[in-house]
Amino acid sequence: MTGQSFDPLSLLSLTERQRLMQAVRTGASRRDVLALLGAIGIGAGFGGSLIGAATTAHAQTPKKGGKIRVAGFGTSTADTLDPAKQSYSTDYCRCSMFYNGLVDLDATLTPQMSLAESMTSDKATVWTIKLRKGVQFHDGKEFKAEDVVFSLQRHLDPATGSRARALAAQMKEIVATGTHEVTVTLTGPNADFPVVLGTHHFLIAPAGTTDFSKGIGTGPYKCKEFTPGVRSIAVRNENYWKQGGGPYVDEIEFFGIPDVGARVNALMAGDVQLVGNVNPASARLILARNDLAIMETKSGNYTDLVMRLDQPPGNNADFVLGMKLLMNRNVIRRNVFQNYAEVANDQPIPPMNRYHAKDIPQRPFDPEKAKFHMNKAGAIGSTIPVVTSVAATGSVEMGLLLQQAAQAIGVKIELRQVPADGYWSNYWMKVPVGYGNINPRPSADVLFSLFFASTAAWNESGWKNEKFDQLLLAARAETDGAKRKQMYTDMQVMVHESSGIGIPVFISGLDAHSAKLKGLTPMGTGSLMGYAFAEHVWLDA
Amino acid sequence: MRATIGWLLLSRFLLSLATLLFVATAVFVITNLLPGDVAQELLGQAATPEAVAGLRTALGLDVPPFQRYLAWLGKLLTGDAGLSLVNGQPVAALIGSRLGNSLILAGVTALVAVPLALTLGITSAVWRGSLYDRVVGASTVLVVSVPEFLVASAAVLIFAVHLQWVPALSQLGRINGLFDAIRVFALPVMTLTFVVVAQMARMTRAALVDVLSSSYVEMARLKGASQMRIVLWHALPNAIGPIANAIAFSLSFLLGGVIIVETIFNYPGIAKLMVDGVSTRDLPLVQACAMLFCAAYLVLVTAADVAAILANPRLRQG
Repeated sequence: MTGQSFDPLSLLSLTERQRLMQAVRTGASRRDVLALLGAIGIGAGFGGSLIGAATTAHAQTPKKGGKIRVAGFGTSTADTLDPAKQSYSTDYCRCSMFYNGLVDLDATLTPQMSLAESMTSDKATVWTIKLRKGVQFHDGKEFKAEDVVFSLQRHLDPATGSRARALAAQMKEIVATGTHEVTVTLTGPNADFPVVLGTHHFLIAPAGTTDFSKGIGTGPYKCKEFTPGVRSIAVRNENYWKQGGGPYVDEIEFFGIPDVGARVNALMAGDVQLVGNVNPASARLILARNDLAIMETKSGNYTDLVMRLDQPPGNNADFVLGMKLLMNRNVIRRNVFQNYAEVANDQPIPPMNRYHAKDIPQRPFDPEKAKFHMNKAGAIGSTIPVVTSVAATGSVEMGLLLQQAAQAIGVKIELRQVPADGYWSNYWMKVPVGYGNINPRPSADVLFSLFFASTAAWNESGWKNEKFDQLLLAARAETDGAKRKQMYTDMQVMVHESSGIGIPVFISGLDAHSAKLKGLTPMGTGSLMGYAFAEHVWLDA
Repeated sequence: MRATIGWLLLSRFLLSLATLLFVATAVFVITNLLPGDVAQELLGQAATPEAVAGLRTALGLDVPPFQRYLAWLGKLLTGDAGLSLVNGQPVAALIGSRLGNSLILAGVTALVAVPLALTLGITSAVWRGSLYDRVVGASTVLVVSVPEFLVASAAVLIFAVHLQWVPALSQLGRINGLFDAIRVFALPVMTLTFVVVAQMARMTRAALVDVLSSSYVEMARLKGASQMRIVLWHALPNAIGPIANAIAFSLSFLLGGVIIVETIFNYPGIAKLMVDGVSTRDLPLVQACAMLFCAAYLVLVTAADVAAILANPRLRQG
């Protein structure tokens, strides 16, 4: 120690340091960090200076400049810059560079104003949207009400081929009521309408756009080159209207590498600085290197055990409960997802959502109780066919764990693994017992309407509950946040108690990046910062 | 005798045209049998029957198949492959850029693989039965038996990830000078050479061994011709037929069958384009790609036949 300043971080191994930095980056509290340090054998006394060091390292000022290359995980000639037609993460990433929405969704999926200055409603049915003034499109045109009317209206035309047509159908009338004001009348009350406008498909393009491949929007980057299925090059929009943040890097080249192995290799070889969607196995490889890091995004994605309630054996409530009790959630989390998952409680709203009901008692893994219910259902000694497929992430492994647990109490599960191709149209919701996989949805209302309402086309277990349907409509119209939360809690209890689906865990998304790439924080809206990484990342060269 | 050759060439050409027409029909029928259509694929989870019907009308898919077939064929004859149903761009433009990439990759691979295969094949035919012959035979079989995804992945792990000599992705946009070009092409060309060299080398050896054991070669040897002259002047021309066919076959594979290499090295070639077309049910694109592969195959095979005819001394000198 010859007068050199002492860096407390140097005491930690590289992985530990990385884990600590990760925790600080993702907003862990002081207590969380101390717990983490305790776990790796460093006491609280010294922990204090460590936290200080880690936080300083984190609180660097973002630097402007540099070029980065980013690989998403899917690409084809169907790649598009048309907000209405976006289908895959690749499209979401690109459109988030070039366009803005009226509303952004934050980490808890709560809407925050973006191109809209305010949104007010009359009984959640007639919405008045005041627009931000002085915003320019990339071609210099001023952003006005006509652009919003155009961008929303086009979803209703079948010829557009909008992916959000079902969501858009609730807009009965969209009119400009000023140069910077739009009034939208809905077919019925929906207090969640701002959330709908915060989803990717409702990004705003200039009125009259016919060729969307130029990517003209108001977003943080301008489109320099775009070839579907090959790549896009985005350059920083020096005239960006949002102040005090990104964009930072000069240029982002974005392309897709569908093969996960190739994606990870490209990162490890230094060809790219950020890749989307790696699997837990490659995460271990990446964490072994100190120049690379993993970003875990907690998400609402789940693979669920689906028991049809309208046919045997699922038409017996004891059987359904018995199966739910046979799911060893902790083992699934650890062994199937290498801890990159959160234990779930047979209800579909994930913990990071503001409407998550956290007070429902956790359903445990309880073979004894399961045996009691299986016995009551007359299932002991019988053979239950269960369909699994790699199409439903982790279902093959989850099926094996279920089979072992069932065998121990005298129920024979016959696993049938079927190919991924055609799984969703031929097996999902058609077999008496099988697995589904549900992607996160932006709001509780959308999720419940799509998968749990009695009339929903994708009501996986054929669960019908009149009270639930009434609550769903009532909650949609309810503008009082507290009352709404109570309603959604009641609905989650109903799903937890009586629906035919068992949700063992919520699966995290994993992205990997060069340690030099800073500014990444997990967002509840999806992987790669809700696909909007471009605006926030910066290079620490 | 010139007339015979002319007639042979003309009949070959007409036969190729007939084959193309047949393939065009087959491609159209088969692509229309694919389950689901582009409207459903585009709309995905938003595919309500009403939305699908609306989009179908907008894309002109509600016209009866036979009329669509005639319209498509008519346009194709004038060189117009139509518009992509998925992104509205001309199919010719989509294929254009990718085809160039595929041709470059195929060309570079051919430049490496064909001379290598011929050298290996000829030398092992000349020294047949020797240790060299056996080593070459065994190693070519070994190399062709290892699946290409394994070769490619292992090569990336060793040369790109660990040694960092070459990039893991082969992207043409980053080429800046000859050295870069070699780095970018090294791994995919190596992988593809592994795949195609074995067949060409073994075919060359087999064809040449056959000829070398014939009586006229024996005669040439008795007359005192040098080994080099016997092989290159007397034997090789008679073995060109099967060799040219093996080369043509390998080259046509290089154009459309390299999907694995394109995937692993993220190389924007035409094989991946066609797979994209199939998965999004972009029929004009799939049909154009299929026609292109078929045409390329016919051109190569015809060229091989012509080469065999021209090289055959009996036909040439009548």
